Amino acid sequence: MSKNTVNSDFSTREKSQGKAQEKPLINEFVVRFANTNGTGSASANNMFAKAILRMGIPVSAKNIFPSNIQGMPTWYEVRISEKNYLGRRGGKSEMIVAMNAQSIDDDINSVKSGGYLLYDSSRALLDSQIRTGINYLGIPISNICLKEYSDPRQRQLFKNVIYVGALAALLSMDFTLLKGLVRDQFKGKEKLVTPNIYALELGYQYANEHFICPLAIKVESRDLVNNRILVDGNTGTGLGAVFGGATVVGWYPITPSTSVIEKFASYCNRLRIDPASGKKNYAIVQVEDELAAIGVAIGAGWNGARAFTATSGPGVSLMTEFLGLAYFTEIPFVLVNVQRSGPSTGMPTRTQQSDILACAYASHGDTKQVLLFPDSPSECFELGSQAFDIADQLQTPVIIMSDLDLGMNDHLTKEFTWQDDKAYQKGKVLSAEQLDEVEVFGRYLDVDDDGICYRTLPGTHPDKGAYFNRGTSRNHFAGYTEKSADYVDNMDRLTKKFINAINFLPEPEIKQQKVTAQLGLIFFGTTSHPIAEAVEQLKEQGLMVDSLRIKAFPFHQNIEPFIEEHSVNNRQVFVIEQNRDAQMKSLLVNELQIDPNKLASILNFDGLPVTSHFIVQAVLAQLSANQENKKTG
Amino acid sequence: MSFIKSKFQHPRLPVNDLGLTYRDYEGALSTLCAGCGHDSLTSAIIQACHELSIQPHKIAKISGIGCSSKAPNYFLNKAHGFNSVHGRMPSVATGANLANQDLLYLAMSGDGDSASIGFGQFAHVVRRQLNMVYMVANNGVYGLTKGQLAATADKGVKNKAGDLSLFNDIDLCVMALQLGASFVARSFSGDKQQLVPLIKAAMSHKGFAFIDIISPCVTFNNHAGSTRSYDYVHDHITTGAVADFVPVKTEITSSCHSGDSEDICLHDGSIMRIQKLNEEYDSTNASQAIIDIERNKKAGKILTGLFYLEPTASDFHEVNNTNSTPLNKLSQDALCPGNRVLSGINDSFR
Repeated sequence: MSKNTVNSDFSTREKSQGKAQEKPLINEFVVRFANTNGTGSASANNMFAKAILRMGIPVSAKNIFPSNIQGMPTWYEVRISEKNYLGRRGGKSEMIVAMNAQSIDDDINSVKSGGYLLYDSSRALLDSQIRTGINYLGIPISNICLKEYSDPRQRQLFKNVIYVGALAALLSMDFTLLKGLVRDQFKGKEKLVTPNIYALELGYQYANEHFICPLAIKVESRDLVNNRILVDGNTGTGLGAVFGGATVVGWYPITPSTSVIEKFASYCNRLRIDPASGKKNYAIVQVEDELAAIGVAIGAGWNGARAFTATSGPGVSLMTEFLGLAYFTEIPFVLVNVQRSGPSTGMPTRTQQSDILACAYASHGDTKQVLLFPDSPSECFELGSQAFDIADQLQTPVIIMSDLDLGMNDHLTKEFTWQDDKAYQKGKVLSAEQLDEVEVFGRYLDVDDDGICYRTLPGTHPDKGAYFNRGTSRNHFAGYTEKSADYVDNMDRLTKKFINAINFLPEPEIKQQKVTAQLGLIFFGTTSHPIAEAVEQLKEQGLMVDSLRIKAFPFHQNIEPFIEEHSVNNRQVFVIEQNRDAQMKSLLVNELQIDPNKLASILNFDGLPVTSHFIVQAVLAQLSANQENKKTG
Repeated sequence: MSFIKSKFQHPRLPVNDLGLTYRDYEGALSTLCAGCGHDSLTSAIIQACHELSIQPHKIAKISGIGCSSKAPNYFLNKAHGFNSVHGRMPSVATGANLANQDLLYLAMSGDGDSASIGFGQFAHVVRRQLNMVYMVANNGVYGLTKGQLAATADKGVKNKAGDLSLFNDIDLCVMALQLGASFVARSFSGDKQQLVPLIKAAMSHKGFAFIDIISPCVTFNNHAGSTRSYDYVHDHITTGAVADFVPVKTEITSSCHSGDSEDICLHDGSIMRIQKLNEEYDSTNASQAIIDIERNKKAGKILTGLFYLEPTASDFHEVNNTNSTPLNKLSQDALCPGNRVLSGINDSFR
């Protein structure tokens, strides 16, 4: 097949030497796929990750994709880790599958020393692309496809399946299981099963014939996945909204939030059709922009339906005026913000946690918004459904702060759970009967002294409970007022309600060592993924670490003591976040009146999920700088 | 400030089928300028609702920002109201309507609210065929900010401060006709005889009903040279047909097409009786309506009346195939698929 002697030479070298890695690496390595977007690689790469999962080995997958539809470089990074380290590790990869000529030079350089480069040897590599210390596994994939398939589309698509087949041999994957996966994947499209399995076999055989299989990096079946599932966060959020009872959605497409709505729509289409009439128990409207999207959610929330919208940074900017209206008029709804790299259009297909302040204080005037910070698809589901209870009970918007990494990448996560006996908490809404019993109704009368007033829905009662909802200042009875005392009274009550909100929000997740820890790490959302690994690595350096994961804003009362406790006696608190300006630290300092010097920042804002490597290096560098300061100071 | 009106009621005020008097449909005391066209419009709305015997609490009043958008506070005290943000009333109305299709959505907007800041939302709510009555109180100026020219002001006119309207004006009726509104009319706040039947018909119509109401601003746009002053409108108004509204229960004494009048049966069984004044008038032809509006405008006339009516139009919920039970009234059982379904979903991710 291949006339390329250089490549076969490398294959032979591999076969004869066969000792690439010093000691075999089992179930603890990274495979990075370099592809061109729009070539169908995503589903093949996903199949690879899922096969590892089905072998019972913990796995995570990160899609690093361009803001483009076809022809640009895209990467898919699969981390296999029986230690359960599923955040990005950082550094170079043990295996690169280099299928993109545009990026191959960089890809060659990102192979770990002693690692492997699987590439298409149909064309010879340039001399400059030969690096010592790594192993070249050339498979003439294009030539194989040229020979095997006549349809150009198939020639392209099956390239991807062929390398997955080859990886199965090279990494000692369970080939029967892989074939079973193909059958599952194409259920209902049986015509596709045989050609896909055939392509897998082409790759599998070629690798077995030309290389010593398995390599020194390989997988072995384990039973470490348990009841976890592999799914993306947007699916969790969309499904959470179905279970949480959302019925009205206004939305406008924007990466990386679009699939929240798409998943909500597809599950509704399956699960929310009225059995008697065949009609929809939901309404989704794709509107003209994000202003309208949030307007729809607010109109529906005012009218007593559970409503939401999903967007990302640029959409949040457009929605801020309406967020102020909803805060001030106390209308419940849920906003899902799947954050991406800003400012402006920024890096639209890269992740970040950089809308913290924009959302916490969204809108002009004195406004504060309730935020939730899920860290896994499972929590996206849980908080995605709970958010509707919280919004209804507090009569205010709730913003779910997801991000691109969480929303769009597949993560190994606890299976979704739901308790059937748990009733929706609709908050203080008066029925016609209750209104009859109420002597005086005032929309903004703080009857229970908790800052949360009773509301009524349009159409409830012929004579009582109607009020004029307005973004202007109002008295207890929703009448327009310019009296300072009335205005201040209302603003103070909103503050009271916001403080009270803590009682409705999830507590932070605190992990304390048995011995006194020198370090306290504070983080939120996807920054939690590499933490377990970082903590272990710091432990190896003799540093004990306690950690606190923030799950909501306003901040829980446990956060301040954690900071105080970990910032005395030569201890150090780090706030780790994925933005440039230390936004969460600013929010902590501002809201908890904390001395900013007590908090050191670790900031990753390159658009890629933060790695354990980055965290450990940053902690060590900061500590040694502290030492230096002490000596010189 | 909102002033509460006196509760005094004349004992012999006429009552409607629900036993309610005109006063049961009123709102807070208006704080608009004395003589404001919007107050006449308010009174037309009250009269229309009273005469149609609509339960006040089954109406939802929605508005944006501006003098016009304050107006809903001055009618239908027993109805909930939502004074939203500038230019965004249509999206709020959409959400409210999606949540509960059983209410009557009565929206008030102005020329700034609909033809400028909210032009996009206006266009898209028309497209969406939302079942609502969308009224614009059109005075050609920004009243609350003291008289700046609006996008509906005719090109070449001057405002009170002497500023010239330099650019082309936007005709919201033409826009509504082009975008597929199923009920389009224009009226004058000073012409209750024309306005009240139009409002009644719009409220009885299923689908998107739009009424542009020339409503002079006595304070900032009632001067000589204005084309939105009371005098100018009085002198230049014309109509293609006189429309009268015959409610469902009224016995129809004359048959359809008797003489020069034509009866159009609306969704709820009521009748719109149209008497042509102009040979070319055709309430079923939107393109003809646009031509008529523009031809009259060139001749220096303001064409009013019912421009277009599609009595069998559908609305968003029909297109969406929404359950007839309002979404805000569905129980948890109908909404939550439950744990058994969830475990099947979990299996799809293994």
